[in-house]
Amino acid sequence: MTDILFILFAVVAVGGAIGVVIGRSPVASLLFMVATLASVAGIYVLFEAHFLAAIQVLVYAGAIMVLFLFVIMLLNLGHDYRADLRYGSWSLLSLVVVGLTAGVLMQGFSGDLEADLLENGAAAAAAIDAAVIEKGAVGVIADPLFTDYVVAFELIGLLLLVAIVAAVVLAKPREAGKD
Amino acid sequence: MLTPALLLSAALFAIGTLGVIVRRNAIIIFLCIELQLNAVNLAFVALSRYTGIEGQLYVFFVMTVAAAEAAVGLAIIISIFRHYETVNVNKFNVLKW
Repeated sequence: MTDILFILFAVVAVGGAIGVVIGRSPVASLLFMVATLASVAGIYVLFEAHFLAAIQVLVYAGAIMVLFLFVIMLLNLGHDYRADLRYGSWSLLSLVVVGLTAGVLMQGFSGDLEADLLENGAAAAAAIDAAVIEKGAVGVIADPLFTDYVVAFELIGLLLLVAIVAAVVLAKPREAGKD
Repeated sequence: MLTPALLLSAALFAIGTLGVIVRRNAIIIFLCIELQLNAVNLAFVALSRYTGIEGQLYVFFVMTVAAAEAAVGLAIIISIFRHYETVNVNKFNVLKW
C-alpha cells in the first residue's frame, strides 16, 4: 500500500515539475507547482513527517504560491510564450547541465547508502516513532527547536523581520522628486 | 523506500535546474528555484527517517528561508517591472559585462 502511494505521489510530483518548466502561461506553471508541492507533502506523510507535511501544504502550497499568484496577476503576465524560452545552443547546454546534475546525484544516491543506513537506521526510526508517541507530531519537532536549536530559531525570526521590511521597501513605488 | 525517494529528489532537482536555464520569465525561474529547494527538503526528510529528527528541523529552517526569499525576490521583480515593463531576464542587462 505504501509503495503504491509512493509511486502515485512520485509520478504526480515529476509530472507537475515538468509542467512547471513547459507550462505555457505562468498561472499554469504555478498550478502544476501546487500539484508537485502537494504530492511531496504526501511523501512526507509516508516518511512519518506529519508536521512538515502540514507546514508544506499550509505555508508552501498555501501562502507562498498565493504570493506568486498575486504577483503574476498584478503584473498581468503570460502573453509572450515564445520570448520566454531559450533556443539553440542554450537548449543544448541545458540538456548537458541537467544530464550531468541528474547523473551525479543519482550516482551518489543509489548504491550502498540504503544498506549502510538501514544497519543502524532501524534504531533511529524506532526512536523517532517512540518520541512521536510520547510528545506528539508537533512536540517532537518543537522540543529540539526550543532547546538545542534555539539560537537558530531566534535568528530565523530576525531573518523573517528583515525580509518583511525589505519587501515593503523594495515594492513601494518611488515618489517623484523625492528620490 | 529510501533510495526511490532520493532518486525522486534528484529528478526534481534536475528538472528545477532545467527550468532555471531554459526559461526567461523571472517568476518561472523563481518557481523552479523553489522546486530545487523542495527536492533538497525531500532528501532531508527521507534521510531523517534513518538518522534522527534533526533532518526535519533543517527542512523547517529551509522552508522559512524559502518564504523570506520569495517575499524579497518578488518585491525585486515588481520593482524591476515598474522600470522595464517586462520580467524577461534578457532585458535586465545593466550589470552585464
